[in-house]
Amino acid sequence: MFFQELWQLLKKDLKVELRRKTSISGVLLYLVSSIFVLYFTFTGAANSIGAATWSALFWILMLFGAMNAMATSFYETGERNQYYYCVASPTTIILAKAVYNILLMLLLAAIGYAFYILLMGNKVESSAVFVLAVFLASAGFSTFLTLVSAISAKSSRSPFLIAVLGFPTIIPMIMLVIKISKNAIAGLALENSMKEVLVLVAINIISLTLSYLLFPYLWRS
Amino acid sequence: MKLASQTWFRALTIALLLYTVLAGMLFDVPRLPILNESIRALYFHVPMWFGMVIILLLSVIHSIRYLSGFDIKNDVLATQYANVGILYGVLGLLTGMLWANYTWGTPWHGDPKQTTAAIAVLIYLAYSVLRGSIEDGDRKARIAAVYNIFAFAAMIPLLFILPRLTSSMHPGSGGNPGFNAYDLDSKMRMVFYPSVIAFTALGIWIASLYTRLQFARNSFEENNQQ
Repeated sequence: MFFQELWQLLKKDLKVELRRKTSISGVLLYLVSSIFVLYFTFTGAANSIGAATWSALFWILMLFGAMNAMATSFYETGERNQYYYCVASPTTIILAKAVYNILLMLLLAAIGYAFYILLMGNKVESSAVFVLAVFLASAGFSTFLTLVSAISAKSSRSPFLIAVLGFPTIIPMIMLVIKISKNAIAGLALENSMKEVLVLVAINIISLTLSYLLFPYLWRS
Repeated sequence: MKLASQTWFRALTIALLLYTVLAGMLFDVPRLPILNESIRALYFHVPMWFGMVIILLLSVIHSIRYLSGFDIKNDVLATQYANVGILYGVLGLLTGMLWANYTWGTPWHGDPKQTTAAIAVLIYLAYSVLRGSIEDGDRKARIAAVYNIFAFAAMIPLLFILPRLTSSMHPGSGGNPGFNAYDLDSKMRMVFYPSVIAFTALGIWIASLYTRLQFARNSFEENNQQ
């Protein structure tokens, strides 16, 4: 029953997205044009930026991309949504949104990463560790920001609030991700970033659990 | 809240604060290189962080209690505790910067504990921004309670896990000697623990006063409307 409901809601979100293509194309446009800006700025000198700048720019792109993609998660409160949300329980709604946002963010991150490497070159020695960092960060950003956007959607100044609430709370995750990517750029094996990876996974699980526990209270209001 | 209106609680708080200031300034402290007399800052800097974490814990407990019963009293208490927590965080940063200026050379050293503590304060400042941006009373209380629980969960790794993963100039991390190495004669504990209790109690007192003020305002407005 639960999984059936989850699957239905997920399918609904996917269908709406495929029909409208607003958030995917919007965020992709943002990512691609930002990467082009970077490319033109550093053009002709592929090695003109150091590895630290390379990784900083990449994570800034990812962070703002995630912000853009998640900001509208609960924005559309049309009558049809009201109907959907009447028949489904709030815990399934938030889990479906979180799963949908994770999938969306993974897709965006994969395309963004590929395009970034294509234009800006690859500075990472151990790519597998970096890809793991991108994977964990995408999952983490999306679960975290799903709850934040659910909170901010309930206020009158929602797009402004998601940045205010989201940026400070996401910094712990960013610090871990930057540490892992530093290790990956230096070519260190996964064993050296195991502690950070585990803490990142723990934060992911905590934020998912919190969403599950807290969303019903948001939903009732 | 009832606790803070008891006379013995207030008397004890004042007595402990006086004791902290006097004993902290006058008692004998270990002579250590670089630290010298500035080691006395321990009595005023570290209790700010202990106090902040305890008071924010109280705040989150009241938020959870609000969500389980929707008693507006718990919401007001949670807000005031969070405000005192922010105040203690800012004071902790300022005292730390003052201390760092004399022992590390610069007020802002980029020490992991310093940066993560600053971010923890930012997380709670966002809490007050959130409260300010919702008009409706019940909805505000509910959403703020949800964010408060979320913020506390985000703060725990920031203060207790992340600084331990990197080297820090604070005692007890990155191969530096722990806190215990500084007070081998255990005399400093005689001042430090009372200081933690005194500042935490002071925070609870401040929060209870603001809570009463808020209630007075609420009932005043209600009476005026009628």
